[in-house]
Amino acid sequence: MQTLAAFRQSTRAWLEENCPASMRTAMEEDEVVWGGRQAEFKNPDSKLWLERMAAKGWTTPTWPKEYGGGGLSKEENIVLLQELQRINARQALNSFGISMLGPVLLEYGTAEQKAEHIPKIVRGEIRWCQGYSEPGSGSDLASLSTKAVLDGDDYVLNGAKVWTSYADKADWIFCLVRTDFEAAKHSGISFILFDMQSPGVTTRPIQLISGASPFCETFFEDVRVPAKQLVGKLNDGWTIAKRLLQHERTMISGFGLSTSNAGRKPDSASLEGVAMRIRGDSNKLSDAVLRNEIARHKIDSEAFAFTSQRSMEEAKQSKGPNATSSMLKNYGCELNKRRYELLLKGLGTQGLGWSSSDYSDFSALELKTTREWLRSKGNSIEGGTAEIQLNVIAKRVLGLPDMPTLIKKGG
Amino acid sequence: MMSMVFNEDQRILQDSVRAFCHENAPVSELRRVRDEKDEDGFSRSLWQQMVALGWAGMTIPEEYGGFGFGYTGLEIVLEETGRTLVPTPLVSTVLFCATALHLGGSEAQKLSLLPKIAAGEVLLALAHEESALHNPVRVETQAVANTDGFTLNGKKCFVLDGHVADQLIVVARNSGEQEDTDGISLFLVDRQAPGVEVQRLNVVDSRNAANIGFANVQVPADALIGELGDGYSILEKVLDVARIGLAAEMLGNAQEIFDRVIEYLKQREQFGIPIGAFQGLQHRAAHMYSELELCRSAVRRAFSELDGAQEEIPVLASIAKAKLAEVLEDISNEGVQMHGGIGMTDEFDIGFFLKRARVVQALLGDANFHRDRYASLNGF
Ligand SMILES: Cc1cc2nc3c(=O)[nH]c(=O)nc-3n(C[C@H](O)[C@H](O)[C@H](O)COP(=O)(O)OP(=O)(O)OC[C@H]3O[C@@H](n4cnc5c(N)ncnc54)[C@H](O)[C@@H]3O)c2cc1C
Repeated sequence: MQTLAAFRQSTRAWLEENCPASMRTAMEEDEVVWGGRQAEFKNPDSKLWLERMAAKGWTTPTWPKEYGGGGLSKEENIVLLQELQRINARQALNSFGISMLGPVLLEYGTAEQKAEHIPKIVRGEIRWCQGYSEPGSGSDLASLSTKAVLDGDDYVLNGAKVWTSYADKADWIFCLVRTDFEAAKHSGISFILFDMQSPGVTTRPIQLISGASPFCETFFEDVRVPAKQLVGKLNDGWTIAKRLLQHERTMISGFGLSTSNAGRKPDSASLEGVAMRIRGDSNKLSDAVLRNEIARHKIDSEAFAFTSQRSMEEAKQSKGPNATSSMLKNYGCELNKRRYELLLKGLGTQGLGWSSSDYSDFSALELKTTREWLRSKGNSIEGGTAEIQLNVIAKRVLGLPDMPTLIKKGG
Repeated sequence: MMSMVFNEDQRILQDSVRAFCHENAPVSELRRVRDEKDEDGFSRSLWQQMVALGWAGMTIPEEYGGFGFGYTGLEIVLEETGRTLVPTPLVSTVLFCATALHLGGSEAQKLSLLPKIAAGEVLLALAHEESALHNPVRVETQAVANTDGFTLNGKKCFVLDGHVADQLIVVARNSGEQEDTDGISLFLVDRQAPGVEVQRLNVVDSRNAANIGFANVQVPADALIGELGDGYSILEKVLDVARIGLAAEMLGNAQEIFDRVIEYLKQREQFGIPIGAFQGLQHRAAHMYSELELCRSAVRRAFSELDGAQEEIPVLASIAKAKLAEVLEDISNEGVQMHGGIGMTDEFDIGFFLKRARVVQALLGDANFHRDRYASLNGF
C-alpha cells in the first residue's frame, strides 16, 4: 500500500488532469447529478466527470473494489475529500443509493444482491427512492401497514407510501413492508427492493410550500416482487430500517456544514455579505443586533463543523454511524434553518419575492434564497423529525427512561 | 491539522488527573476554603501535591524546568479541575503568567521564574483589567521611565490571586492615549514593593481576586517584559491562550453539571416514575448534550491549534470563549432548575457551579465580547 503522502500526490495529479474546469465551480440545484435511467446532464462535462469518477470507484470511495467501489481506507478517503475540496470540485454523483441504500446493502445483502445493485449505484445507472413513510405512519414508522403476502416465488404488495422523494424520477425503491400481521409492530416488517416500473406501481407528485414537487404519493396495487429481492431476514427489516436511518441522518447533518470561512472575509453569498450589501455597509455590518446574531450563528457553524470532523475521527475507532448521528442531524438541520432565517433578515423585502420576469425587481439569487428558506423547513421533518431525534438522544445516548405507565393508560 | 481526539498519553494523563481530583480535590475542598475563610483562598499543601504531579510545569519547556507536555496537558488539568471547582493558582500563575513570560520574557526572566513556577516555589498574577468590563486596550496605569527604571501609578481590578501572588505582571502605559495599542508595556512587580496596595475581594465564586493600587511604585529597568511600548503584542497572545484555557475550565464545569443532572433525572421520582421519563426534560437534556458536544469540539480544536499550526488562534479563542460562555450559562441555570428546591440550597453543590460559571464567563470577555470580536476578525 502506498503512503498517504504518495496517495495525495497521485490523487492531486489525477484530479488535475481529469476534473473538467467547469466542474470546479459552485453548483446550482438543477445541475446536481442524480443518475438513473432518465439521468439529466445540464452540462455535458457533468457526464464526463461522472464517468471518470465512477471508473475509479470514487463516487463511493470506501466501498469495496469487487463491487466497483474505490476500496479506499478511511484515511485515504479523507485525503481524497480534501483534494476534491481543494479544487472546489463538484460532487460527481449524488444519490440515495450512495447515502442510504448502499451501506446497508453491503452490510446485510447477499453476495448476489450486492453484485447486482452496488455497481449500478457506483456508476449512477439506477436511481433509488425511499419507501418508508405512509399516510398513517410517520414518526411512528414501525406501525406501517403496506402489506406483502407470499404467493409462489413472489411477494404481492398492496398499500401506499407518502412523501417519497423523487419517486416519479427513481428507477427502483427500497421499501418497508409488513410481512407478519400477528407479531408486535417492530417484528413483522421486512425490507424489500423492487423496480418502480413493476406493474401496479403509480406515483403522484405533491407540491411543496416552496413551489417545487420533489416528492410523491406512491401507490402499490398487487405489485409482484420476486422473494429473493427481500434483504436480510424475513420480518427482521426493522434492524435494517434503523441502520439506514443512521446513514440518512449522517447525510442530512451535512446541511449544517455551510460554506467555509476561508480567508475570513465576507463573500457576496455569505450571511454577512448579503446583509452588508443590502445595507450599503463597507466594512462593518451596521445592524448591531443582526451582526451579533450572525456571529453567533457562524460560531455555531464552525463548532458544528469541528464536531462532525471529530466524530469522523472517533468513528475510525468504531463501526459506522451510531446514535450520535441523531445529534448531528438535528443540530445541522437547526443550523441550516437558522441560516435561512438570518438570510431573510439580511435581505429585508428583497428576500420576499416569489418570481420575476426579468430579475430587475428580485435577483435570481434572492428568489432562490426565498425558495430555499421555505425548503429548509423540511430539514427538521425529513429523516425523522427534530422531536424524534431528541427522543433518540435522550434514550439511546443519555439512557433516560421510557414513560411506560402513561402510555399504557393511553395518554 | 492536529487530531481532535486524545492520544494514548493524553488519555492516561486525563485518567490520572481525574482520579486525583476525585480523591483529593472534590467540591468539598472549595466549600472548606469558603467556610473556613481560608487566608490564602486555596490549600498550599494541595497545590504542592499538584506541583509534584507536574501540573504547574505542563506547558513550560524542559530547558526551563518544565515538562513540555504542551497546552493539551494544561487543557486536561483545567477541564478536570473545572469539574470539581478546586481553587488553585493554575489559572493565574500557569495559564496567564507562565504563558506571558514564555512568550515575552527575556532569557534571564525565563531562567529566573519559569523553573520556580514549575517547582511551585512562586505564584504570579496578571494585573490587567481596569474596569468592570473586559477591555484589553483600556490601560490608564502609567509607567514613567527614570534613571533607576520605571515608576508605576494606577489601579487594577479583579486581579486573580492578586493577594497571594509573589510577583505581579502589570500592564501599564508608557505613552499614547487610553485605548491605543502602542505604548503599552508589561512589568514584573514585587507584590510586597512599597506603594503596592492590595485589597482582597470577596467574590461570589469564593475564589481569589483583588483590586490593586500602585502609588509611585519603583521597579528596576530589567522588570520590563519585552520591548518598551510593545507589550500589547505579547498581551494579545497571552489573552488568547488564557481564553482558550478558561474555555477548558468552563467545559469541565458544564460537563460536571450535566452529568449530575442526568444522574438526578434517572434517580428522582415524581408521579410514580423517574422524572427523566418526562419528555419536557428529556428534550432539554438532549439539547444540552448536543451543545456540550459542540463545546468540546470548540475547545479541542483551539488547543490543537495552540499545540499545532497556531495561525488561527485569535478566531478559535473567540469561538471557544463565546460558545462556552453561552452554553455554560444555560447549563448552569438548568442545573439548578432540574434539581428543583434542593438545587437552591447551599448544602447541595450545584450552586457552586453556577457561581463559578458567571465569573469564568465574564473573565477576558463574555459571549457578546467574543461575538463582536469574531465578527471583526471575519471582516464584518
Ligand atoms: C422534504 C421531505 C422529504 C421526505 N422524503 C421522504 C422519503 O423520501 N421517503 C420517506 O419514506 N419519507 C420521506 N419524508 C417523510 C418524513 O420522514 C416524515 O414526514 C417524518 O418522519 C414525519 O412523519 P409525519 O409527517 O407523519 O409527521 P408526524 O409523525 O405526524 O409528526 C407530527 C408532529 O408530531 C411530532 N411527534 C410525533 N411523534 C412524537 C413523539 N413521540 N414525541 C414528540 N413529538 C412527536 C413530530 O415531531 C411532528 O412535529 C420526507 C419528508 C420531508 C419533509
